[in-house]
Order: sequence, then structure tokens, then C-alpha cells
Amino acid sequence: MGIGNVLSNDKRGMIELGAEKKVGWDEVTHGMVLHSFEDDATNISSQKAEDRNYAQFNSYVATVASWRVVKPVYNRDICIDCQNCWVYCPDTSIISRDKQMLGIDYDHCKGCGVCVEVCPTNPKSLLMFAELHNLEDAIASWPEKKKKEEN
Amino acid sequence: MAITSTKNLKEFSTANDRFEGAHLLCPGCAHSMIVRELMNCTDDNLVIATNTGCLEVSTAVYPYTSWDTSWIHIGFENAATAAAGAEAMYKARKRKGTLKNPDAPVKFVAFGGDGSTYDIGFQWLSGAVERGHDFTYICLDNENYANTGGQRSSSTPIGANTTTAPAGRVSYGKKENKKDMMAIMAANGAHYVAQVAPNKWKNMAQAFQKALATEGPCYINAISACTTEWKFDSKDTIHVSDLATDSLVFPLYEIIDGHELNITYRPKNVIPVRDYLAAQGRFRHLFKPENEHVIEEWQKRVDANWERLQRREEARV
Ligand SMILES: Cc1ncc(C[n+]2csc(CCOP(=O)(O)OP(=O)(O)O)c2C)c(N)n1
Ligand code: SF4
Ligand code: SF4
Ligand code: SF4
Ligand SMILES: [Mg+2]
Repeated sequence: MGIGNVLSNDKRGMIELGAEKKVGWDEVTHGMVLHSFEDDATNISSQKAEDRNYAQFNSYVATVASWRVVKPVYNRDICIDCQNCWVYCPDTSIISRDKQMLGIDYDHCKGCGVCVEVCPTNPKSLLMFAELHNLEDAIASWPEKKKKEEN
Repeated sequence: MAITSTKNLKEFSTANDRFEGAHLLCPGCAHSMIVRELMNCTDDNLVIATNTGCLEVSTAVYPYTSWDTSWIHIGFENAATAAAGAEAMYKARKRKGTLKNPDAPVKFVAFGGDGSTYDIGFQWLSGAVERGHDFTYICLDNENYANTGGQRSSSTPIGANTTTAPAGRVSYGKKENKKDMMAIMAANGAHYVAQVAPNKWKNMAQAFQKALATEGPCYINAISACTTEWKFDSKDTIHVSDLATDSLVFPLYEIIDGHELNITYRPKNVIPVRDYLAAQGRFRHLFKPENEHVIEEWQKRVDANWERLQRREEARV
């Protein structure tokens, strides 16, 4: 293991305690370590999320979906895979693989609307809808291309 | 191992995120855009120290962590101290041969808010830079103590309405000018200093990569538009950041070894400071007739500062 383990070889680690019993926040002691992964974390930068062994303490396994009142909907037909939405999403919620935008991670998206604002296509390939709006209806109601205003 | 490329956005998007979702920062918070990009623009192992502020409290809410790297949670004034201590220990253990994996590349990074950087952690940051630790300090500069409800810091600009410098009948808000941390850190001996903004993602990635590659202490001032305290809609974080860089209220530039100043972004169309201010609720009161002079003076300061930066760039001193 790499440097990660140098800093986390404390045997009071959360995993060890956590396996025995659930540790309350007020039982956390100095030097305690919360592990992000169940196993070796050395090569994490070369692993995609779906190949990682996330620990129960990684916020990846949690959700903030209940924060949303509006949600972005993605329309693949218009997308040019520019990745603007990927780079600016503050919640790691745009799923891109092999230079392609695949969709939205609704477990982590908070519905901020940034991705819609930065999408350059006409019409946009991402639009905000009410959280409870049906996805197919949303796609069916997609606006037409906006014409350039005549000078 | 995937080699991160920031050549263009498509290449960059193949980076495997190491800053995880379901942290509790506000929707549209620029802090997370900056942190995500730092962690995406390198494949190296990272040891990151973060002191108290929005970033720390929102990414380590027990029992969760949003960090896929070694991450140290530390008191308000001590991001620089913690990173410096970890770096010193790493070097010592490397020398003694007690590291399990001595060849694994590792970088030390500290994140602090402007409250901790410009004010409360200032002497600790200055000390760590003076001692020459090999680390990169990144200030998430949202120009206020956001985590405790928007108090003024020495980074808050003139005219902003904050809870401890409120605008009202007798005051237009904060009266004192923003501290120039770029100049201070360059003078303090930081080997590389840069001002970056998340809307200019490539410029920011290049500055991060330069800082990580530079041996010795580096300082990055990252403008972090704060939807809650600057008072704009969460969807507009990138728009407001564009106004910040294109009005030259936040010019993007770097200073190498304390003297070589390079402007790293020149807006094609410079927009009036007024447009930047108008997009944010914290400056709404400045548009009253009796406060208009604050906007005019601000425009003059921005023009003079841009002139100064260009001269410094030419002069190479
Ligand atoms: C020594 C100390 N003083 C005060 C506080 C309370 N406090 C916690 S976060 C915070 C504001 C942080 O502001 P900043 O550093 O600008 O970060 P931001 O939240 O704006 O990102 C304050 C005052 C503290 N935790 N420790
Ligand atoms: S709405 Fe915000 S959080 Fe959701 S995917 Fe878009 S940018 Fe990300
Ligand atoms: S910003 Fe729009 S066009 Fe670009 S990848 Fe995202 S959805 Fe597709
Ligand atoms: S208050 Fe501002 S800095 Fe803090 S989480 Fe919200 S948007 Fe981000
Ligand atoms: Mg702040």
C-alpha cells in the first residue's frame, strides 16, 4: 500500500471498531481514521467508480436526492459530448465514460441547474423539470431548435 | 494507470473522480468545482489537509467522507500546518527507509477558506511557506466567512454587504479594501503563486499542475463564487464567475519565484465592473444613487490594477 496506509495504520481505525459495533460520533477519538474503501486505495485514480470497492463510510454510497425540487433531464439526441456539464458539476453527478456523456447520477445530483446553463447546444441537451416529472414526458416535450433572431 | 490529460475537455473527462458526491455543500457551490478539478488533474497520491469552513464541515459529516485520498481534518487556522507536518514526516520516513512504498508519487495539498487564509490561519500559512515545505496551499476565496453565516473577512471587497459590515442607512457595507494575498505570498517566498477561477477550467488545471510539479511552497488563490452569501441563483455560479474574470475584478495571473508575473487570461471583451456587481445580491445597495460613487471608484481601482499587472508583466521585476 502507498502513502495512504502510512497515515492510516492506526489500529483504532473506524473499520476495526465499526465492525464490532456502530461507533457513535461522540465516541470518535483523536487519530481515528474513516476509510473510504474496503481494500487497497493506492490505485484509485485509475479505477472507475463502478470498479471500486467503496466502504460504507464513503459518501458515494449515500444520497442527497431528497434535496432536489427540480432535476436536470438529459436528451442524448442533441448532445455533442462537449463535457462542459461534466467539468462544472459541483456534485460529481454527470456520468461520462470514454469521452461520452452517459447521463445523470440522481443519487448525488442536487438540482443546482449549472449543467443546463453551461450546455452549449441548441436546443439544450439538458433541461430542468420538476422532480416528479416523468422522464419520457420530459423528452417528448423537448423544445425545437431556437432560430437566430433576424437582424 | 490512467494518465490524466487536460489537453481538452473530452480527454479530461476520462479522469476518475476522487471527490465524491453526496457531500453537503450548497447546490451550485464553487468550492466543490475547484476541489474536484484539483483531484482530477493529477493521478498522484494526494495527502490533503482542510481546515474548518464550508468545505471541511460539508465533506466529513460523520459517518461519511467524500474524499478518496488521505485527508486530514484540522482546526480553523491549521490547514498549512497539517500539510507541512505531513510533508515533513513523509520526508523523514523516506530518508529513514520506513515508507512501505517510497516510490509512489505523492503530493501535499492544503485547502483553506479566505477567513482562515487571509485572517485566522495567516501566520501559520506564512510560517509554512517560509520554512519551504513542498506543498500547495489553495485558498477557496469566497470573500466571507460563509460557514458561520457570512461575516466579513480581510478578503471581503469594499462595498459588500456582510453580517458584520452591514449595508443600511448609514453605511454602504464594508469600507476596507481586499487584502492582496497574491502579492503577500509572492513576497513571502512562495515559489509559484496563481489566481484561478473555476469557469476557466483549463487555466485552472494548468495552474494546479504547475503548482503540484513545483518543488517548494505554492499558493493558489481560487475564486469561489458562493451562491448563498453572494446571493445569486445556484444555476449561475459559472455565469457569475465569468463576470468576475471578464470584468477583471478577478484577473487571472501567476507569479513565479516572486518576480516573474504572467497574465494567464486576457478577456476578449472586458465588461464593466457594474455588470459583475449587478449579478449579486450582496452589492444590490450600491445601485442606490447615494452609493453609485462606490461603483465608480471600484471601476477605477480595477483599471489601475490591470494597468499595474501589465506593467509588472512587461518589467519582469
Ligand atoms: C478558531 C476558530 N474560530 C472560529 C471558528 C468558527 N468558524 C468555523 S467555520 C468559520 C468560517 C470559515 O470561513 P472561511 O475560512 O472563509 O471558509 P468558508 O466557510 O467561507 O469556505 C468560522 C468562523 C472555528 N471553527 N475556529
Ligand atoms: S443539476 Fe447540478 S448537481 Fe445536478 S447534474 Fe446538473 S450540475 Fe450536477
Ligand atoms: S454540456 Fe450538453 S452537449 Fe455538452 S456533454 Fe453535457 S449535455 Fe452534452
Ligand atoms: S455557503 Fe457558499 S461556500 Fe458555503 S457551501 Fe454554500 S455556496 Fe458553498
Ligand atoms: Mg470564505
